[in-house]
Order: sequence, then structure tokens, then C-alpha cells
Amino acid sequence: MSDDHVYMTLAEGHEDDARWAYGTGFEDPLHGVDTTVPEGVDAGELAAVCVALADDALVSAQRLAEWITRAPELEEEVALANIGLDLLGQARLLYSRAGQADGTGRDEDAYAYFRDAGDFRNVRLAEVPCGDFAFSIVRLLLLSSWRLAHFERLASHPDPVLAAIASKGVKELAYHRQYAAEWTVRLGDGTEESHRRTRKALEQVAPYLGELFTAFDVRDEVVAVLRQVTRAAGLPMPVYRPLPGSGRDGEHTEHLAPLLAELQGVARAHPEATW
Amino acid sequence: MTEQLQEHFDATIARDQRIEPRDWMPDGYRKTLIRQIAQHAHSEIIGMQPEGEWITRAPSLRRKAILFAKVQDEAGHGLYLYSAAETLGTDRAELTDRLIEGRQKYSSIFNYPTVSFADVGVIGWFVDGAAICNQVPLCRSSYGPYARAMVRICKEESFHQRQGYELLMTMMRGTEAQREMVQDAVNRWWWPSLMMFGPPDDSSPNSAQSMAWKIKRHSNDELRQRFVDMTVPQAEKLGVTLPDPELRWNAERGHHDFGTPDWAELMRVIKGDGPCNAQRMQRRRSAHEEGAWVREAATAHAAKQAARAEKGAVA
Repeated sequence: MSDDHVYMTLAEGHEDDARWAYGTGFEDPLHGVDTTVPEGVDAGELAAVCVALADDALVSAQRLAEWITRAPELEEEVALANIGLDLLGQARLLYSRAGQADGTGRDEDAYAYFRDAGDFRNVRLAEVPCGDFAFSIVRLLLLSSWRLAHFERLASHPDPVLAAIASKGVKELAYHRQYAAEWTVRLGDGTEESHRRTRKALEQVAPYLGELFTAFDVRDEVVAVLRQVTRAAGLPMPVYRPLPGSGRDGEHTEHLAPLLAELQGVARAHPEATW
Repeated sequence: MTEQLQEHFDATIARDQRIEPRDWMPDGYRKTLIRQIAQHAHSEIIGMQPEGEWITRAPSLRRKAILFAKVQDEAGHGLYLYSAAETLGTDRAELTDRLIEGRQKYSSIFNYPTVSFADVGVIGWFVDGAAICNQVPLCRSSYGPYARAMVRICKEESFHQRQGYELLMTMMRGTEAQREMVQDAVNRWWWPSLMMFGPPDDSSPNSAQSMAWKIKRHSNDELRQRFVDMTVPQAEKLGVTLPDPELRWNAERGHHDFGTPDWAELMRVIKGDGPCNAQRMQRRRSAHEEGAWVREAATAHAAKQAARAEKGAVA
């Protein structure tokens, strides 16, 4: 059968494409794209935007990966992995763009594996531990609504590469938001326990909301989504309690360094290795 | 009446046609299939754990994406297989209970630990490779829903195997430490992979009936031989040594001779005494138990929605 054939030819032939793998080739993800930063775009600023958004995505993907083999149902394993993979894909493209814009030529792995916590620019809501399913869902609702509103604007950014990355991301993020919104409603409306847990999750995210709204001017859109979803779920709106400092300035909770230690450990133990 | 049905069933099998969910089938056939498909589904789900451990630690973003997607595929395979089992009149919740209560098994290979990132590559190469050898013939299994699920699963697994092998190729071209990691992983996974084909034919109690029913198409020993013959040239190409001093080409047989796996070890692992049995079961059980409130909430919400819709319709 032809499926046997796939196995038997495993070691044959592909001298040149021995590093082949579906959808994840070794070529620079932006290969073939005109990556010149257009005139009138501040390259340093562009790089900073890309790194911040990539860090949000990478740290979120890392937290979502922690759910794998621990989710409440198989459908949720698949969905959370899907969302994590989308975010990981966004992070890779954004890091590549940052490396071109800031003139260092660093690749995606240089940003992900060889910077310390103080150099990461993600918002702190992304890095706090997963908590229970209610917390992870409420966090996802906030981060995806916020990121979606921001990506919708970036889709018309004067840098065509960032604009293209954002346009692609909009479709993904719309699904992430829908998934999180549906679960928030189920949990808020479901049982006494699920209502209590979700209410608590909304209290727990409150301190991190301010940071989302200072970074970009998308507050009204996010609040409108949150109001709609909490109303449908029979839950109160979170009370805004600003926490000093910002992940965007490299100020993080105590949770980021251990997250990065896990993410970066193998890569740093073998700095000369190729993977 | 039953005699006629039995005759019709036997004739369908003899003509190599498929049995479908609404067709009459003997109880033994149904039970054997439920057991086999459920064990296969459980293996996909438990099999997410050894590799899943490395998603957060993968040493490049590309490898992280590949591994994340692979483990997600395994969850998807579990879903198709539980659905195939459900066509035989059982349900996923019941099968999950049987797994976490230890009444149904999963493949013993997943009771071994993954100690380095090279294990991810070797699992793709050996474990997915052995699974493909076992499963390609199942694409012609006599039970339709199972056979169709296997077609899709085999395609994805061929893909995982290539990705695993490609990781090892890359590592073998890397540093000395990476080459040592690969060889070490090969040494640890080779024998357990050979055991994936099950006990030798002369001590495999259920095989003969499954072959007669065309649920199974080749014997354990035939498949094991096939796996060894396919893997040897791949190992040479990769530059690793398979840890079996008796392994050599036998021109007379046209196959490789190889040593005997430690069957006592296989029996110990199947009975629950492998290095990670307790850990794997504990993880599955706690995910299930800790997720109970979420599943209850979804059910309660659906019931409330239905009640509200009914009230709305009446009003």
C-alpha cells in the first residue's frame, strides 16, 4: 500500500530536503518577502512593537501548552493546542520581523531563547500561572479581545510586513475570542461551582487590566466585549484595580523567570547545537 | 434466524467486504472490536504524555510548533477512535472510566520515560514507525468505521515519523553531545519498540480469532520482522547502532535475524510495573477528575438553554 511506501522511503533520497517538515520549513518564514522597512516608518519603533506582541504570544502559547494532557475534555485539548499553535506562529513571524527592523538580523530563536526576563516586554497577564480552567478562559477572553482589537488596527500599518502578519492574525484571534466567550458563558451560567470559580477568575485578572489599556488605545472595544460576555454569563464586570509598573517596560511578576527557565533550558544547555 | 445472520456475516467477511455499524455481528466480534479500538484510543491519549512533557522545553520555536501539532494530532486520533468505538454501542465516558479504573489497557510503550529531547525524535522514528507497521493493515480491517479512522491516522503518523527522523538527522549533524543523546535514546527505545507488536505468535491468545475475523491481518511476529527489516537501513543512514549484537542480514531467509526481546519485561509493564505506569494513570485520572466541574457546567448550561428555549416557544 502507498502508506507503506512512505515508511520505506524514509531514509532514501531526500539529501537536500532532509530537513523537510510540513508547514514548518527551515527557510526564514519571511523568505521571498520584501523586508525593507518603508520610508517614514521608524525602524526602532517597529521592532519594539513586534517584540512586544511576539512576547505576549510566546508567553501565552507556553501557558497554553501547560494544559496539554490536563484539559477537562479531549475537545478542549485540541482547541487549546490550536490556539497555542496560532499564537506560536504569530510570535515566530513577529520575531523575524523585529530582527530585520532593528538591524541586528537576529532570528526568532535568538529572541525566544537568549533573552532574560528583564528583556521580555509581554504584559503580565500573559505570564501569571494557568490557575484553573475558569482563570485560563477568562484570561484568554481578555487577551484575545485585546489583541484582536489591536491587530485590526495594525492590519493597516504602514509597514506591509507587520500589516500582513496582523491581517492573518485577525482571523485566528476572532476564533480564540469566540472560544473563550462561549466558555465564559457556559461557566458563568452552568453550575454554582462554575459560576463561583469564574467570578473569582474575573477578580483575579482585574489588577492586570490597566496594563492592557495603557499600551494601546483599544480600551472601549475590549470593555464592550467584556460587558456583553459577562452579561450573557450572568457575571459582574471586573473592578478595575491598577497595579503599578508594566510588563511593557520589562517589569514582571515573579512567574516569568521560571516560565522562561523551562522554555529556554535545553537551548541554553547546548548553545552550539542545531535543532 | 441467527444462523442466517451468521451466514451473511461470514460471507461478508469472506468476500473482504466491510461490516458496518447497523449490520448484525456476533457478540464476540463486537466485544473484540470494542476492546481493540478502545485500547487504541487510550494509547493515543496516554501517548500524548511522554512527548507532551517536551512542548514547553523544545529547544527551537520550529521544533516547539512541530511537537505541539503532533501531540494535538494524537488527541484528534483519540477522538476519531472513541467515535469509532461508539458506533459499536459504547460511549466515551464509559471507556474513559474503564481506562482510569485500570480495567482497559493502553500500549505498554508509553510507560517508558522521555529523558532527553532526542527521545522526541526516536519516538517519532521507532514508535510511530511501529504504529504504522501495525496500523497500515488495519486500514483494511473488516469493521468499516475502524478501517476508515485508520486511513486518516496512518497518514498523519507517517508524517510524524518523518518529522522524528528529520529531527534525528539534524541532531546527528550537530554537536558530539547531540549525537550521544541520539544514540542513548536509540538504545533505550529499541527493545520496547519491538515489544509494541505484542507477544510472540505462539503465546498470543486472541490473535487467531482476530485474524479469522479479519480484524487483524498479519501476525505479531510478521509485523515485528517487517519493522526490523525497514528500520535497519534507516539506522545505517542515520549513523546510529541498534543495540542488538545478534542483529544481522540472513540472505537465506531474505530477512534480518535479531535477538529476543525480554518478554518478562513486557509482561511486567503490561501488568503495571513499568517505569511510568503509575505516573501516566495518575495524570489521566487527575485531568479527568479536575475537569469534572467543567463538564458538569457545560451540561447544566445546555440544559438551562434548552429549558429557556422551550419556555420562549411556549410564551
